[in-house]
Amino acid sequence: MDRLHQIAERFAAAAPACDYWTLRLVDEESEHLAVRQGVVEPSALGASLGAMVTLVVGGGVGYGATSDLSPAGLRAAADQALGWAARHAWLGLFDAAHYPRSALRADYRGPVAEPWEAMSLPDKLLLLQEANQALALDERIVDWSAWLAYRRVQQLLVTSDGGQIAQIWTYVSPGLAAVANAGSQTQRRHGGGADWAQQGGLERIGAVGLLADAPRVAEEAIALLTAPECPRDTRDLILTPGQMVLQIHESIGHPLELDRILGDERNYAGTSFVTPEMFGTYRYGSELLNVTFDPTVPGELVSGAADDDGTPSRREYLIRNGILERPLGGVLSQARSGLPGTANARACAWDRPPIDRMANINLEPGEGTLDALIARVELGILMDTNRSWSIDDSRNKFQFGCELGRLIVDGELKGLVRNPGYRGISAEFWRRLDGVGGPATREVRGVQNCGKGEPNQSVYVGHATPPALFRSVAVFGGVE
Amino acid sequence: MNQDAFYSLSEQLCAGLRGDEHLFCSLDAESSDFVRLNRNRIRQAGAVRSAVLGLNLISGARQAEAACDLSGELEQDLTLARGLLARLRERLAHVPDDPYLNYSTEPSLSDCWVGETPPDAGAAVADLLTAAAGLDLVGIWASGEISTGLASSIGHRHWHASTSFNLDWSAYLEADKAVKASYSGLTWEPGVLAEKLEAMRQGLAVMARPARVITPGRYRAYLAPAAVAELMGMLAWGGFDLKSHRTRQTPLLKLIRGERAFDPRVTIREEQARGLTPVFTGEGFIQPGRVTLIDQGRFGHCLVDARDAKEYGEPVNAAGGSPASVGLAPGDLATADVLARLDTGLWIGNLWYCNWSDPNDARVTGMTRFGTWWVEQGRIEAPVKVMRFDDSLYHLLGDRLEGLTTERDLLMDPQTYEGRSTESALLPGVLVGGIELAL
Repeated sequence: MDRLHQIAERFAAAAPACDYWTLRLVDEESEHLAVRQGVVEPSALGASLGAMVTLVVGGGVGYGATSDLSPAGLRAAADQALGWAARHAWLGLFDAAHYPRSALRADYRGPVAEPWEAMSLPDKLLLLQEANQALALDERIVDWSAWLAYRRVQQLLVTSDGGQIAQIWTYVSPGLAAVANAGSQTQRRHGGGADWAQQGGLERIGAVGLLADAPRVAEEAIALLTAPECPRDTRDLILTPGQMVLQIHESIGHPLELDRILGDERNYAGTSFVTPEMFGTYRYGSELLNVTFDPTVPGELVSGAADDDGTPSRREYLIRNGILERPLGGVLSQARSGLPGTANARACAWDRPPIDRMANINLEPGEGTLDALIARVELGILMDTNRSWSIDDSRNKFQFGCELGRLIVDGELKGLVRNPGYRGISAEFWRRLDGVGGPATREVRGVQNCGKGEPNQSVYVGHATPPALFRSVAVFGGVE
Repeated sequence: MNQDAFYSLSEQLCAGLRGDEHLFCSLDAESSDFVRLNRNRIRQAGAVRSAVLGLNLISGARQAEAACDLSGELEQDLTLARGLLARLRERLAHVPDDPYLNYSTEPSLSDCWVGETPPDAGAAVADLLTAAAGLDLVGIWASGEISTGLASSIGHRHWHASTSFNLDWSAYLEADKAVKASYSGLTWEPGVLAEKLEAMRQGLAVMARPARVITPGRYRAYLAPAAVAELMGMLAWGGFDLKSHRTRQTPLLKLIRGERAFDPRVTIREEQARGLTPVFTGEGFIQPGRVTLIDQGRFGHCLVDARDAKEYGEPVNAAGGSPASVGLAPGDLATADVLARLDTGLWIGNLWYCNWSDPNDARVTGMTRFGTWWVEQGRIEAPVKVMRFDDSLYHLLGDRLEGLTTERDLLMDPQTYEGRSTESALLPGVLVGGIELAL
């Protein structure tokens, strides 16, 4: 971070004349280790360092991004930003007076109990070899791999109003995958943290049970080969936290993004079935639906001090007791729409500008255990681990598939079913919510590949959620 | 970063190698302007200058990789890259021999420059917004230079640079009633833009008619080339990758086992000879100009990258497992005859958000989007509310395929996730006897 402060000081000392400027410096390091079929894959180190200069001048705003952090390089980026600010002042969608200004001074350092460097490379590879070997149960497992990914992001945002926000996020993401095959039937199973990402250090390896989870992952992949197809009818559905993450993400998170509602995303990621007049009155789901924007959950992927505009992060209710309250929109979108919002203007890296994104979007817990939810189902299916996702551009008509399904009959879990999927309409689906697990069932997870924006950006998004019960959902299996 | 600077940096890094070490250096650089548009105004505009150096250090049968951003200042970049090389050298002592290490041991050279001077982005966007007056236009302008380089201690020297623009946009009438267009290329021609905008205005006039709501079921349909591109994108997801085949993960498993088939009129090729993507791989191999992936309905060849080639004993023919320049062979259906041949059914302009519904049966789900019309007795009657389809490619490109158009569209990939894409697709439209709509 010291290096970033030095660069920022140099820039500030020679900052261009303008109404307001920000400099966002991002220093990122990464490492990827993997073992596949007992063979160590080429390890990959990554180091990225760059800056985005944003200038507000004469009623316009523009940006310039560069990996040349010399005074001349930053000056060139500022010149480009000036040029685009002039075009924006002439042809812009909004008056740059609405552009958010920040004087916030804040620091955030994500939780790391055991640093990445605390384990040697040979020990990491040995661990991966063990986990990988534990996946190879028999000849029906045709591909198997184990991996460890490390990412550390240091970001410094400084502004001409005196803002200075230093944030450090660290992620260690383990995972396992097993592929089983028999004839023309292939089944995959993931585990060992593959869909359970959080901030943290090496302690994440033990938290997700990388080694211990391997036999289950392989056994379930094999068992799915001979499981019957998921039935095709309408019945009750319980989604585990692993699939709830995707359900919340696609059919609550994205529709509530204010830039979609304002039309910015209509050419790419899409619009939203949610319209401005719905906030405050629209029944999004049943009384059990309580959804928060919560950057305060320890270890959740996007917990932090502020967004990339410099707006301080704060917990907010988006949906309370089923009623829609607030969209996901940063200060600029709030000004454009006249609606309240959240601190969610985020960029994926130094070379992309902030836009409205999800951060941590969580389903608040209800009551009871997973067993208690299952006990309330006469005929249903439990589905776990997302494998397929598709939803329309208004975020309404969706179809999702899972890796594993399990029948529920008369309040008890029964056998596996393969290729389980379900479809519905967001505007109706959440009204079928009839059970949300209690605090002890909540899992803090997220997705690491949320794509959106023009130019395109892929970001991490946190979702903490218990399992949930939905009544009368259209489910289906494989083949026709 | 220009070609000379990259080669100079690489040579100085290679000069510091020890013993039996080899080094492959790669460069991915771009100098781009991005202008985001909404309601026919500028929503967000700026410029990105980036350069990423890739390093692959090899010693004996061991290898380790790294990547870093370059500043463009030689001494500073050398210091950074030498530091990374030192870290790679340290880790080579701790990683085992890699049985699938595979790189070209023969020096080779290539140079490819596509396009010349890019259009002035500011002026072009101003032209666009003026010409589109009255339209609710939303989308992205991207332009500038994209460079890819490779240099090695063995003597590889490869360069591919292109200067282009890609305007990807849509025009909205209301809610989700919209038509989409794209205009990409090397030379900005206002006349071409005007033609495309006029076509959009005509499309919006039809879009103004009351939307037809159709129920789930099977419908005759014509898939325009942009919609076919989404289906080709699905096939690219494991359909042709050698590793996916050998580990039986490919969605075409039933095709290669002889249990399902495509129509004999379906021939799909990777057409690297199109020249829009680099001819070289990161390991110094030269890709063939053409690889036939689906040959008259039967599976042809897999795409084989260097690592898979070593693992499975096949020759290298690709930089990766997905096509970057896919081509679907044309048929004999004149585009002018499409509406008459369709008679009554759906004219689908675009598909969206496709994913595998049942990969074992190559079954895909996705949405209709943008200009999708209901056609009755050969005439476009009304726009159609967005619908979800869920159908197997063995039907859409197999037993329900009725024809492919003689004309094909060259579609430049507008994606910019890992920098501006240089991928493209050359595709006809496809007439099918039925597509299953599920929701």
